[in-house]
Amino acid sequence: MKPAPFQYFAPTTLDQALDLLERYNYDAKPLAGGQSLVPAMNFRLARPGVLVDLNRVPDLAFVRPGSDGGLRIGAMTRQRQVERDPLVAERAPLIHETMPHIAHPQIRNRGTFGGSLAHADPAAELPAVLTALQGRFRLESKRGQRWLGADEFFVDFFTTALEPDELLVEIAVPPLPARTGWSFQEVARRHGDFAMAGLATLVTLDEQGRVQEARLVYLSVGDGPVTARQAAQVLQGQEPTEEAIQEAAEVAARQDVDPVSDIHASADYRRHLVKVLARRTLRVAVQRAKENGQG
Amino acid sequence: MTTRYFGKPIKRNEDPRLLTGQALFVDDVHLPDMLHVAFVRSDLAHARIRRIDTAAARERPGVVAVYTAEDLGDYWRPGPLLVPPPPVKDIVFHQRTQVPLAKDKVRHAGEAVAMVVAESRYIAEDAAEEIFVEYEPLPGVVDLEEALQPDAPRVHEDLESNLAAHVIQEKGSYATAREQADVVISRRFVYDRGTAAAMENRGIVAHWDFKSQHLTVWDTTQAPIPIRNGLAAMLGLSEHQVRVIAPFIGGGFGPKIMMFYPEEMLLPWVSMQLKRPVKWIEDREENFYATTQERGQIHQAEMALTQDGRILGVKDVFLHDTGAYDPYGLTVPINSQCTLLGCYDVPNYYSEFRVVFTNKPIVTPYRGAGRQHGVFVMERLLDLAARELGLDRAEIRRRNFIPPDKFPYNNQIIYQDFAPLVYDSGNYEPALDKALELIDYQRFIQEEQPRLRAEGRKVGLGIVTYVEGTGIGPYEGARVTVEASGKVSVATGIGTQGQGHFTSFAQLVAEQLGVDVGDIFLVTGDTDQFYWGAGTFASRGAVVAGNAIHAGAQAVRRKILKMASEELEVAEEDLELVDGTVRVKGVPDSAIKLGELAVKANPLRGAVKPDAEPGLEATAYFGPERGATASGVHAMILEIDPETMLVEIQKYVVVHDCGKVINPLILEGQIQGGVAQGIGNAFYEQLFFSENGTLLNASFMDYLLPTATDVPAIISDHLETPSPLNPLGVKGAGEAGAIPVGPLFAQAVEDALDIPGLEIREIPLSPNRLFELIRGERTEREADHG
Ligand SMILES: Cc1cc2nc3c(=O)[nH]c(=O)nc-3n(C[C@H](O)[C@H](O)[C@H](O)COP(=O)(O)OP(=O)(O)OC[C@H]3O[C@@H](n4cnc5c(N)ncnc54)[C@H](O)[C@@H]3O)c2cc1C
Repeated sequence: MKPAPFQYFAPTTLDQALDLLERYNYDAKPLAGGQSLVPAMNFRLARPGVLVDLNRVPDLAFVRPGSDGGLRIGAMTRQRQVERDPLVAERAPLIHETMPHIAHPQIRNRGTFGGSLAHADPAAELPAVLTALQGRFRLESKRGQRWLGADEFFVDFFTTALEPDELLVEIAVPPLPARTGWSFQEVARRHGDFAMAGLATLVTLDEQGRVQEARLVYLSVGDGPVTARQAAQVLQGQEPTEEAIQEAAEVAARQDVDPVSDIHASADYRRHLVKVLARRTLRVAVQRAKENGQG
Repeated sequence: MTTRYFGKPIKRNEDPRLLTGQALFVDDVHLPDMLHVAFVRSDLAHARIRRIDTAAARERPGVVAVYTAEDLGDYWRPGPLLVPPPPVKDIVFHQRTQVPLAKDKVRHAGEAVAMVVAESRYIAEDAAEEIFVEYEPLPGVVDLEEALQPDAPRVHEDLESNLAAHVIQEKGSYATAREQADVVISRRFVYDRGTAAAMENRGIVAHWDFKSQHLTVWDTTQAPIPIRNGLAAMLGLSEHQVRVIAPFIGGGFGPKIMMFYPEEMLLPWVSMQLKRPVKWIEDREENFYATTQERGQIHQAEMALTQDGRILGVKDVFLHDTGAYDPYGLTVPINSQCTLLGCYDVPNYYSEFRVVFTNKPIVTPYRGAGRQHGVFVMERLLDLAARELGLDRAEIRRRNFIPPDKFPYNNQIIYQDFAPLVYDSGNYEPALDKALELIDYQRFIQEEQPRLRAEGRKVGLGIVTYVEGTGIGPYEGARVTVEASGKVSVATGIGTQGQGHFTSFAQLVAEQLGVDVGDIFLVTGDTDQFYWGAGTFASRGAVVAGNAIHAGAQAVRRKILKMASEELEVAEEDLELVDGTVRVKGVPDSAIKLGELAVKANPLRGAVKPDAEPGLEATAYFGPERGATASGVHAMILEIDPETMLVEIQKYVVVHDCGKVINPLILEGQIQGGVAQGIGNAFYEQLFFSENGTLLNASFMDYLLPTATDVPAIISDHLETPSPLNPLGVKGAGEAGAIPVGPLFAQAVEDALDIPGLEIREIPLSPNRLFELIRGERTEREADHG
């Protein structure tokens, strides 16, 4: 459990970091909190020839208000910081609710917000949550910068749109529309484990109290964040009654997901959890949306 | 008897050292010039080795040596058989023990094929990666039942089949019992594999000092003395040229009693070859393959009963997975066979088992050591019988308890120590009553559960009993010495892995000598400090070493009294040992410090009387006639989320009887830790093997240990039925917490879910498995009705 040999650089400016990535390209990996990369290196599952440590690069860790009423979160912001930030709690309560489900406090103290997104583990919480929130991702390289939506950023199993010379530097989270409720829930064997299934749900009601928009994004049931489009369709324009929620949950399980089996959960069990989570999160999100409408 | 130190909840002597980093573990040993070892381990579970190419590895800078089986020459030989088969009639046993490095064929994933010795572990691992092994894959032997089919591939091709052993033991006549029975319950039970996952993995440092021709080995072993003896024999050295030190060890749980591990055979030899110290620290991934495991068994069992729930007989036929080799003999399946009988008066018993070789890591005892399986089968049969007969589950147990006046109770079969399975003492009903009271049984089933069920909640209760054979021979010894400072040192041969020996053993000495527990210094696990002994296993430390220390302390006490009576010119009966002194009873002014007396007993000039021994020191040994049988009752209440199948334990009760208690705090710790492991075994931990025998979850990401949030606070109580087999009246307690948790979970889960026809006949469980079982049960019921 010792890593294969590698070269280590600790740049102190973003420019230096991008230079190094340009120079070493496919051979290089940025090192953020190291909570996923270092174990993978110790198992020799990852064997980058060059590590570009981002921990000394200033100005990558921040939580700022966005001019649109949303949030800007720097890629190197520690997960624990995001969890405790009052601005996050206020403007992105879905993120706030999700953070404690990620691993354990010791890991969140080191692990970064951007690292989790760049890692794109299909069982990770944040990719699903940022997909539900329609977050936008700022990528930078010596060639310039570009903004991608979550749907473009997450490509596949542990794969994002990041080029080898690119860094994820910042994430923009749009504000929640009025009359929007949220819920994040997951089913894990032990608290802090990667979940067997999880779901980030947002529901926006119209002025009549019907569902204007619902977004359900699952984790751990596919190759990346899985958006339950057909379940959302079922709810669209409907009164969010218990019957409608039940039906949406059935549709999510039957039509929106195609989970695989692993040693912790069979495909059948996962599909069942998909249904349970849809019911549970929709009830909470609808309730919160109603409360937000009054406020 | 009023005691001063025995039985008191004294805080542990060793904790300040452990908590402030002043305790030596094997990996803390750093020697000048030390080399580091990494192993090349097979990825395949079963394959022929065609060719091993080590050329590139040998050339890597920093690599000092590379060895394959070929390179070991005459030193290559299979390890010793640790426990020979017991003297049971018509027994079949095929000995196939592990080898230092695989030659010709690998028999389980993770078996070592080559060894690299380098200037650092990093370099050693880099070089290990460059060793190319060409394998011819063979079909794996994984499933126990398929392994015994005539056309199954064979783990050991020189044997006719994968059968490693076949044993039948009988008491009375089960066939007759069955004829007389009103009901017969017959079921299949499965208990799957897990691993002990001690916090500290294994590790070895070996140092051959060429100049002094002396070998020192630091080893995470539970049995330093047998390791010393074995190494001396293997290496052609005198036992006095070998010192084995088992320092502080982060958990043993049984797998560290196994010997010889290949690494234990190899490192001392390598150090002698290279004349440099060598170190190998097992990493967590290696631990999943290279350290022994336990638990895989399949039982077909039946119980014959009368209408009023009295057991007439039990029949159990089972398969036991020993993995690729069987160096530990039959200890585990014999324990299953014997422990099954539990607290119950079973007049007729037929038990037959087959031990099966498979392409999986080796099986040796792990906390409970087979007892779990027997208890699982028996307790489940009783639950099913109670259900069939419409009896209360506590009542059916009560009706079958061995009554207190029937002890010593002879089960008429042979136990793991080769002695007949005779329970020394026991009193089971009060323990059951106490547990029922603590879990509030009547109120729960009459009020609480119906109320919660009406709210749609799935809450269930479990209550089970068990016995634990403990404290088996052969013997242990100890030397107790009063030093000039007045402090007392105690040396014993067994190793220590967190059991609190530094305190509980000190209490035994303090009791005799009137010295404060904090002034007693214990040395364990260093063969240069104490020559004789067997090791720490089978919950025997307190019983066997404890009584040896007690005897040693008594002998020193006699010496003190004799000397002091001469000094003070009073009769020995008029003396007392208090506060580190000996004095005339009630006359503090007469006190002589024990340290002063020790100096007088070991003068630099003048004469010690002819025939007298110098110093205030004594060495004593203790070997029990046979093991002492502890017992207990566990009860719990749990709630299941019926949608997700996640389980929450709401209350957990242990009522335990291990005879006289030396230190209730330490006992509490043993019980809590055991229950935590039991919970892991019942609901979290399971090793998954592919159909070829490779392990699918060799990391803590996928092998789930219960954490602090998954283990409830445990309410415990103790009854004391002393053992007549040793002067202290103690019984072992090391495994009690872990043994009965499987059937307890099964019963409570069934009770909570309350689904007609649902039977839990396997361990471990998981949310996923519960989901499958319920779905299977529903489908079956629908099919029945359809
Ligand atoms: C025991 C344990 C339990 C865990 N449980 C969970 C869990 O339940 N849920 C969960 O989501 N996670 C879990 N994690 C993972 C944890 O959240 C990690 O912190 C996270 O996945 C990666 O973040 P990091 O900052 O540590 O990234 P690193 O490990 O440093 O990097 C991860 C990957 O992302 C790349 N990378 C990092 N930052 C950037 C960047 N700015 N631009 C481009 N590429 C970048 C790296 O090159 C690497 O490939 C767990 C980890 C452990 C050890």
